[in-house]
Amino acid sequence: MAAQPGALAPLDVMRIRQDFPILARKIRGRPLVYLDNGASAQRPQSVIEAESDYYRMHHANVHRGVHTLSQEATELFEGAREKLRRFVNARSDREIVFVRGTTEAINLVAQAWGRPRLGPGDEIVITWLEHHANIVPWQQLCEQTGATLKVVPIDRRGVVDFDAYLALLGGRTRMVAIAHVSNALGTVLPVERFVAAARERGIATLVDGAQAVPHQRVDVQALGCDFYAFSGHKLYGPTGIGVLYGREAQLASMPPWQGGGDMILTVSFEGTTYNSLPYKFEAGTPNIAGAIALGAAVDYVETIGLDRIAQHEADLLAYATGRLAAVDGLSIIGTAPDKASLVSFVVEGVHPHDLGTILDAEGVAIRTGHHCAMPVMDFFGVPATARASFAFYNTHAEIDALVTALGHAREMLG
Amino acid sequence: MDLADLYRDVIVDHNKRPRNFGRLEHPNRDAEGHNPLCGDRLHVFLDVEDDLIRDVRFEGKGCAISTASASLMTEAIKGKRLAEVRHLFEEVHDMLTRQDAPVPADLGKLAALSGVREFPARVKCASLCWHTLNAALARAAAPATTE
Repeated sequence: MAAQPGALAPLDVMRIRQDFPILARKIRGRPLVYLDNGASAQRPQSVIEAESDYYRMHHANVHRGVHTLSQEATELFEGAREKLRRFVNARSDREIVFVRGTTEAINLVAQAWGRPRLGPGDEIVITWLEHHANIVPWQQLCEQTGATLKVVPIDRRGVVDFDAYLALLGGRTRMVAIAHVSNALGTVLPVERFVAAARERGIATLVDGAQAVPHQRVDVQALGCDFYAFSGHKLYGPTGIGVLYGREAQLASMPPWQGGGDMILTVSFEGTTYNSLPYKFEAGTPNIAGAIALGAAVDYVETIGLDRIAQHEADLLAYATGRLAAVDGLSIIGTAPDKASLVSFVVEGVHPHDLGTILDAEGVAIRTGHHCAMPVMDFFGVPATARASFAFYNTHAEIDALVTALGHAREMLG
Repeated sequence: MDLADLYRDVIVDHNKRPRNFGRLEHPNRDAEGHNPLCGDRLHVFLDVEDDLIRDVRFEGKGCAISTASASLMTEAIKGKRLAEVRHLFEEVHDMLTRQDAPVPADLGKLAALSGVREFPARVKCASLCWHTLNAALARAAAPATTE
């Protein structure tokens, strides 16, 4: 994505692969070729161990007990928060809210930020290539408040029309919510420009970073956004844990969105005072093990280095794009000049669902379907696509296996 | 689990050249079916008189399994009585979902779909047309769905 090939020492991919136990698996007697990282990446041994070590040695509830285990659990949990803060360069730990994932983060903002603020005539701007998780929470908010959803168009390459975006920003625009990287097409949005234009007009911004954080360095201060959401499981961490970064002034101005334990200072039947940030948004016992293991995932990614990861993945993308474009009858969907390491495609005469099954028989795992981005599918006039999405542990040989299996699919059904 | 068992010649043939494909001029029953998981859509048109299926056609976009299954279904039910169609539905349903059930001898070409049960993720592809047919026969107002 960002790095120029040749600028950094290449990854020792064969050694890295040994860190991921699942990559040694056989599927139907064939070596696993895992090319569905955009849906969920795999976990290195260090992440698996961080979670099991926690349960074997340190588990107790956090922020509650004076006993040793509770203190250890709290230290590990808050230590993970600090790792995540550094990872996205937030100013303060108070700006890092642990949530279930990107979806929950966006719902939190829609409800806790949007619902008290928005009314009839107010507008929310999203783009055509959003994941359903960055569409539906805003639609629900519109139903609740009478606000209106505006959608920025894309072109045939899958590039968001920046001029059309500027034209949509009006006096009633209150929130701009955009993907950093499109999960269905791979398009990388120049979110700095989008955010800057919104900020100049006093409009709040949320960036859905689910597909971005595994592939490139993200600096929320440099981006200037009010909210940045991402999931752990696409970042080589556990499922069921994710992060909402929120600018402190924004979070402080928002009411809690769920009530319960941990989010309060005092409770009486006359009233309740809420806890400080970020705990105000973390009602109930959190996913302690998940947060700790996500911290381990961030450690792992940083040890390899996001710049080297970006360089390796840019090479994989270029190689895959070239090899796939040469497959007879294959059309790549999404040809933006700046793309993350994934390729969406359709093959003439072979439905993506059949491709998925035939490739699986050869151990090749890809995603097929609408990728929770039905408006994108409608735009390109396809019901579904096949999507190969790459991680830093993927190789040219695996892309070759994909291309070979695609040839077999065409022979079988074409 | 063998791919050749899923994509048998009959399936490949009916996917490439679906029979009874297109709209029926004057259907008296019809229904749309949708598999939200993969985006497959089917529209089944029927001409039913008393309890006889005089004609049936379908259109839609789907994978090889869903297209071939719909094509085979139209061949199997055309000219059949509704009681026979209900019986066929039950036999096909069992064949698709019960690993251990023997494939009934009277299923004819529909037996080509028996390989689908080895691929649980694909059972809904094969059953979508039958659920849509049921919806049409029940004159259902709401679209059929595999969910």
